[in-house]
Amino acid sequence: MGYFIFRRTVGFILTLLAVSVVVFAVMNVLPGDPALTILGMDATEDALAALREQLGLNEPLLTRYVNWVWNALQGDFGISHSFRVPVADLIVERLLMTVSLAVAGMVVTLILALGLGIGAAAQHRKFGDWGVMFLSQLGIAVPAFWLSMLLVLLFAVNLRWLPPGGFAGWSDPMAAIRSLILPTIALAVVQSAVLARVTRSAALEVMRQDFVRTARASGLSRRRVLWRHVLPNAMVPIVTIVGMQFASLVTGTIVIENVFYLPGLGRLIFQSISNRDLPTVQALVMLFAAIVVTANFVVDLLYVVIDPRLKARA
Amino acid sequence: MTRRLPTNFVIGGVLVALVVGTAALSLVWTPHNSTQMAISNKFAAPSSTYWLGTDQLGRDVVSQLMAGARNSMSVALIAVLMGGSIGVALGLMASAIGGWVEDGVMRLADLGFAFPALLFAIMLAAVFGPSLGNAVLAIAFINIPVFARVTRGAANQIWTLDYVSAARAAGMNRFAISRDHILPNIGAVIIVQATIEFAVAILAEAALSYLGLGAQPPAASWGRLLSEAQTLMYLAPQLAIYPGLCIVVAVLGFGLLGDGLRDMSEPRLRRER
Repeated sequence: MGYFIFRRTVGFILTLLAVSVVVFAVMNVLPGDPALTILGMDATEDALAALREQLGLNEPLLTRYVNWVWNALQGDFGISHSFRVPVADLIVERLLMTVSLAVAGMVVTLILALGLGIGAAAQHRKFGDWGVMFLSQLGIAVPAFWLSMLLVLLFAVNLRWLPPGGFAGWSDPMAAIRSLILPTIALAVVQSAVLARVTRSAALEVMRQDFVRTARASGLSRRRVLWRHVLPNAMVPIVTIVGMQFASLVTGTIVIENVFYLPGLGRLIFQSISNRDLPTVQALVMLFAAIVVTANFVVDLLYVVIDPRLKARA
Repeated sequence: MTRRLPTNFVIGGVLVALVVGTAALSLVWTPHNSTQMAISNKFAAPSSTYWLGTDQLGRDVVSQLMAGARNSMSVALIAVLMGGSIGVALGLMASAIGGWVEDGVMRLADLGFAFPALLFAIMLAAVFGPSLGNAVLAIAFINIPVFARVTRGAANQIWTLDYVSAARAAGMNRFAISRDHILPNIGAVIIVQATIEFAVAILAEAALSYLGLGAQPPAASWGRLLSEAQTLMYLAPQLAIYPGLCIVVAVLGFGLLGDGLRDMSEPRLRRER
């Protein structure tokens, strides 16, 4: 058990390091001159030289990499070229927006997917099952950004119930929640399409086993057997997919923020691309990749909690 | 007795034929030039000349959608071929050599999973500027670990079989065995995966182009058409519908076709449906 956690933790740290090497390499092998990008074409040679010195561009690549990682570990991601403030400040300002959206999306995804998946398994080979399977097949094929547009078209343009985009902050909680409804639905529908399928097939797998029949035969209600016995035993594949979906949750959040003009990290990364603000892009890509890697690490550890049998083996 | 083809295979096949056919047709014929503007004719209603009307610059919508199909198919084809061939080669190598090479390749594949196509495309766009080429590279890149894993898993099973042992005993080297015995026997698995990845690539290209990281104006891409349409939603909501429907048809088609092919190639693994 302890060895299992130790090995996973070492693997996790090595993966994070490898990710940072890839991000640094891709962002810093470019032939361009960041100093020139910041100061523009008509900058004097002296000013350029001074800025290069200030940015540490004269240092060898390896030194710059080590400095970047060392500073990042202490929460210092450098200075944004376009906003001229520390990248860390930019991230902190926008983090709440992105986390709100991601958490809301994840919660709605779990409710939808577990409900529909278990429901479909309970209705196996009946109308409800086919309906859920059809909807999830469709949900997988619908791009989140197009679904967002359709939702805006219906609920903002035609019915005028909800705002088409933007977010004014949490000072007015009602307005904030109203602004988050459509983005959350758009994010969750696509995510839950995949998860509902996995939940259904995992539940079907469990329902074939003897103890389920025994539980039913001993007089437990169908509903109680489903939620108390089938779902917990189906959790391993479900949690695996939830972990794998973190990559698409991160991607989805970036996309959805841009569709609805939500001022979060996903918007920031796109503003930084248009401004060629490389330190900000580099920090954000690293952050998003780290979230994905961390999620997978947490899932690995969760297995042991969910399935005590794995504890014995590990 | 003829065996009945799986329903998903039939529906998927029809949808794929429709999309691929449209893309192929657009190479030689579209009703109008897809990039030709006629401002005086903007937002024309559907008619016998313009089957689905025209957009904000008077361009024919049907022609743009057809060009979009061609764009979508070429991007998916190039990206899956590029990423797939590298991934299959890595997977075969990992399986043939084993040991630390296998471990190394699989750890690299894990690393690839930490980067969704979007993050990779974002890095490329920040460094080299946004372009369709960079989008293709990003999509190809995420395909490498997917194919490497699938190939290695399938290849490892074949390596345990008797005829492979026989080939080794006969003195064939690992490379030749991989080429002559392993690859042909895992072809089905790879084709199934490629079909599914085709659907993923279509979605990814649409999203990247929508976000401005893919096809650049005036090139027609379903994703880019949607981003243009978004600014006109109050004025011409219909423009926000058609390209999205095209994406759904294409993705659904390849997804179902892939599922159907898998059902046919691995009847034992057929899931309860």
